Amino acid sequence: MKTITLQIDGEEVGAKPGMTVLEAAREAGIDIPTLCDHDEIKPYGVCRICSVEVERKGKSRVVVSCGFPVEQGLVVKTRSPRIDRIRKVILELVAPTTTLDGQAAGDIKRIAGEYGADVHRFESRFRTKPTRCILCGRCVRYCDEVMGESAIGFVGRGVDRRVVFFPEKARVCITCQGCFNLCPTGKIASETDFVVFDGFSVEDCLPGER
Amino acid sequence: MTMVRGTASKGLTRVSRAVKKAVGRYENDPDMLIQVLLDLQSVFGWLSREVLSEVSQQLDVPITRVYHIASYYRAFSLVPRGKHIVKVCMGTACQVRGAPQLLNVISVTLGMKPGETSEDMRFTLETVNCLGCCAMGPVVAVDGEYHSKPSTSDLKRLFGTGRRGKE
Amino acid sequence: MSRKRISSPEELEALGSRVLSRREPDRPVITVCTGTACQAYGSLEVYRRFVDEVKRQGLQGAVVEAKATGCHGFCEQGPVVVIFPQEICYVKVKPEDAPEIVSATVKGRQVIERLLYEDPVTGRRIAKASDIPFYHHQVRVVFGDNQYIDPKEIDDYIALGGYSALSKALSRMTPELVLEEIKRSRLRGRGGGGFPTGVKWETTRSASRGSKYVVVNCDEGDPGAYMDRSIMEGNPHAVLEGLIIGAYAIGADEGIVYVRQEYPIAYENTMLAIEHAQEYGLLGKDILGLGFNFHVVAHRGAGAFVSGESTALMSAIEGKVGEPRMKYIHTAVSGIKGRPTCLNNVETWANVPVIINRGAEWFSSIGTEGSKGSKIFSLVGKVNNTGLVEVPMGMTLRKLIYDIGGGIPKEKRFKAVQTGGPSGGVIPEQYLDTPIDFEELNKLGSMMGSGGMVVMDEDTCMVDTARYFVGFCCEESCGQCIPCREGLRTLREILTDICEGRGEEGDIEAIQDIASVMEDASLCALGSTAANPVLTTLKYFKDEYEAHIKEKRCPAHACKALTAYYIDPVKCSACMICANNCPTEAIHGEKNMVHWIEREKCIKCNTCFEVCPPRFSAVMRISGEPLPPPPAPGTRVVREKKR
Repeated sequence: MKTITLQIDGEEVGAKPGMTVLEAAREAGIDIPTLCDHDEIKPYGVCRICSVEVERKGKSRVVVSCGFPVEQGLVVKTRSPRIDRIRKVILELVAPTTTLDGQAAGDIKRIAGEYGADVHRFESRFRTKPTRCILCGRCVRYCDEVMGESAIGFVGRGVDRRVVFFPEKARVCITCQGCFNLCPTGKIASETDFVVFDGFSVEDCLPGER
Repeated sequence: MTMVRGTASKGLTRVSRAVKKAVGRYENDPDMLIQVLLDLQSVFGWLSREVLSEVSQQLDVPITRVYHIASYYRAFSLVPRGKHIVKVCMGTACQVRGAPQLLNVISVTLGMKPGETSEDMRFTLETVNCLGCCAMGPVVAVDGEYHSKPSTSDLKRLFGTGRRGKE
Repeated sequence: MSRKRISSPEELEALGSRVLSRREPDRPVITVCTGTACQAYGSLEVYRRFVDEVKRQGLQGAVVEAKATGCHGFCEQGPVVVIFPQEICYVKVKPEDAPEIVSATVKGRQVIERLLYEDPVTGRRIAKASDIPFYHHQVRVVFGDNQYIDPKEIDDYIALGGYSALSKALSRMTPELVLEEIKRSRLRGRGGGGFPTGVKWETTRSASRGSKYVVVNCDEGDPGAYMDRSIMEGNPHAVLEGLIIGAYAIGADEGIVYVRQEYPIAYENTMLAIEHAQEYGLLGKDILGLGFNFHVVAHRGAGAFVSGESTALMSAIEGKVGEPRMKYIHTAVSGIKGRPTCLNNVETWANVPVIINRGAEWFSSIGTEGSKGSKIFSLVGKVNNTGLVEVPMGMTLRKLIYDIGGGIPKEKRFKAVQTGGPSGGVIPEQYLDTPIDFEELNKLGSMMGSGGMVVMDEDTCMVDTARYFVGFCCEESCGQCIPCREGLRTLREILTDICEGRGEEGDIEAIQDIASVMEDASLCALGSTAANPVLTTLKYFKDEYEAHIKEKRCPAHACKALTAYYIDPVKCSACMICANNCPTEAIHGEKNMVHWIEREKCIKCNTCFEVCPPRFSAVMRISGEPLPPPPAPGTRVVREKKR
C-alpha cells in the first residue's frame, strides 16, 4: 500500500515504506541515470551517478537515490546545477579507464552525451593502462546473490582494485556466463577467454601497474 | 609469471596443520577471518596460494572473500619477503622533516624501490604511514628497531653495503 | 600473581586501600617512560638498568620502586624519567645514568643538573616536571595518569581510584542517570566527528531491544597522530572502565576493542588489561556483584586507514573486508550484524570515568561554549617540543605552538599548522589566535580531527603538502566509489605535475571541480574530506600554486624537480663535509679547492644543505632561475679574514 507521499522534481509521488527514492522515481516514470544499479541485485551505491538532492526541514543534502529510503514529505530534486555537475564530472573522471580504441564505452558514452561531459578532459592525466572496468560490481554481486557461486570477486584496494575470476570455480562460469550481459562497458563479454582462468596468477592481486 | 606452489606433499600438510591451529584458536568462527590471516602471516612471513585456499576451506568462507582481504590490507604479503624488513615512515610529521629525501637515499643505497625485495632476499623496502615516534623524525625502522635521522654512513653500515658481501 | 574476584563495591574500596597502604606515600618511585617513542630511544634498557641498580644498591622491595610507565608526552626529550615524590624530571636519560640517579637523587635527594630540562629561552634548568612550560600549560585530565601507571599492573590503576567510577555508576546510578550525566557534560566525540556522545548513546539505547554492541575505535590512522596509541598502551583500564560504564548506560552486553595492527604493544596491553579485569570480576558476569554482565574482546586491524571509518570497522569485525558501505541508517540503530552499535574513539571512552567521578558540571566548566572539556593533541613537525599535549578546549593555537611547543626550531618562520589529518586543512599565521574549538576550526576550512597538529615552516611547500595528503588518501582509498577513487587518482596526477613543472592553465579550475564533486558525492568521509588539504592550501597559499604553474618555481625550494643545488664558490671553505655525506658522490672537491655539485648525479636529497656548517652556509637552493655554471676546475677557496 502506497502510504508515503514525497515530492520528486515538483511532482507528488506515492511510495511504499521500504522503497528507495530511485524505485519510487522509476515507478513514477522519472528517469535517473545509474551505472552500478541492476534490478536483480541489491543496491551497492558506488557509481554515485544516481545522486539526487533531498531536502528535509529546510536542509539540503546530496544522497544516492538507489539507497536512500523514501520518507513522508521528502522533497527530491533529480536535476539541478549541483547534481548535473556531479554527474558530468563523475563521467569525465571514469571515462579514460573505459576507453577502447580511443572511444569511451557503452553506457558511459551515452550518459556523457546527456550531461555534456567531455570524456577526453582528463585523458592526459590518466597514465596507466585502461582496464575498461568501472568496478560497478554488478558481476560480483550477481554471482554472489543470484547464482550463489562467488566465482568472481574483487581484489586489491584503491586504484589497484580489480575484478578477477577464480580458476577454482572456472568450471561453473563456462556454462553460466550470467554476468556477461550485466557489464556496463561490455568488458567481460569481449575479453573473457576461458583459457585465461588457468593463467590466474597471484600477481593479479598485487598492487602496482600491470 | 609462474606461481609459487607448495613443493612436496609434506609442505602441504604443514600448511593445513598451521591453518587448523590458527582457525582453532578462534573456534572456527568465520567472523575472525582477518585475525586468522594475521596469525598465519606471522607464522609464514607471507600468505601463499595454498594457505589462502586452506583457510577458505577450513573456515568455509568463499575464496573471493579470502583473497580480497589478503590483497586489501598492508599487513599481508602475497609474495615471500626479505630477511630484513626496512620501513621508512612517511607520516606527515616525518614528511615535513624530510622523509622523502631519506627514502630517496635509502632507495639508492639499497638499489631498490619501495615495495621491492632484493634479489638475494636479504631486504624488503617498504613505506609506512606513521610509526608514532614523530619526535625522532625522519625515522627508518629495520626489523622493528628504530633509527632517527640516519646519516648516509649510518645507512651504509646498517645495510652492510659499505663493504659488499658482508653479512 | 593471583587476583581474587571482587564481589562488591565495598571490596573494591578495600582493595584500593590495601594497595595504597602497601605503598608508602614518601617512598621513592622511579618512573621511566616506555611509550613506543621513548622505547625507540632505548628507554627499556634504561628501565632495566634502574631495576638492576635498585637491587644492586639494596633498595628493592618496599624501599624504592622502578616503574615502566606508558607515554608521558614529552617525546622530544625522551627517554624521560620522573622521580617521585619530588617529581624531578630527567630528560634524554641513558642507561649509564641510572647508578648516579639512584645514589644521588633517590638516596641522596640531590638533583643532577646536567640531566634536567633546560629552558631554551631563559637558559634555566628546571627540576620539577610541572614547572616545565611544556607541562605547566597543559590540563592533563585524561593523559596525566599515564605517569603513575604501569599499564600491565591493574593495581596501579586501582590505587589511583580506578574503577571507582564504575562502582559508583553500577551501585548508585541507574543507566538513565549515567546517560543523563554524559549528555549534560556535552562531551563530543574525540575521533574527529565531534558528534555529541550522549546523543549517540541515547540513540543506541533506544534502538530495538535485544543485544547491542559497544566498540572502541583504536584504528588511529592519521599520520602524525598517536594520542590513542599512548592512551591504549599507557592506560588501557581507563578506556575499559569508560566502555563498561557506557555499556551499562546503553544496555549493551558485548564490547569490542579494535586496535590497529601497527600498534602491537597497545594490543598486548589491552589483552592483558581485559584478562586482569576479568580476574577481578570487573568484566564478565555479575560485575562487582551488582548483576551487570558485559564481555569484551579485542580485534586487530590489518593495515588500512579507511578501516577506521565506522561502517568499515564494523564490516571488519564481521570478518568481511573493512570497507565502508552506503548507509542511510545510523550504525547506532543498525551496526554490527544489524544490531545497534555504539562506536566511540579511545579518548572519548577515557573521558567517561572522569565525568562520572567529577561530574558533568565540572567537565563542562572547562572549554568553550560549543566544545567542552580538554583534548589531547599530537604536536609534531617543525616544532621544538614535539610530543603529546592535553589542553583545555579554547586555548589558542598560538599558545599551544609557542608556549607549550616552544616555537619553531632553528629560528625559522612559521608558515602554517595543519590540523585534522588528511581530512583537515592548513591554517596560516593570521589565524594563530583562533581558539581550539570544533566550530572555529571548521570555519577556517580545517577541522579538529583526531588531534594531529603538524607545524610547518618556511621550508615547507604548500603544493607539495597538498600532493602528499592527496597521495595518502589515494593509496588508502578502498576504491569502491568513482568520485574518490578516480578523483584522487586524477588530483594526484595534477598535483604531481604541478610540483614537477608540468602545471597547466586550467589546473586550478580542474582541482576545484573535482574537489567539489568528491565532497558532494563520495561514499564515505574519506572521499568527501580528502580534498580539504588541497582546498585550504589553495585558499591561503594560491600564490605558491601560481608560482609553480606559471613560473615553474617553488618558493620554499622544496620541490625537487624545480630546485637545483649549487655551492657558492665565494662561501665554500672546502671542508669536505658535504662531499663525504653525499650518497651519490656527486660533489667534487678537495682541501682548498672549491667544491662543486655534478648536476646529473644530484638526487636533491638535501643532505649537503643540511650538513654544510652554518658559519659557511655555502649550499644554495635555486628555483625558477637558471643555475650558475660550475666554477672553473682548480678554483681555490677564498678565505676571508673573519673577526
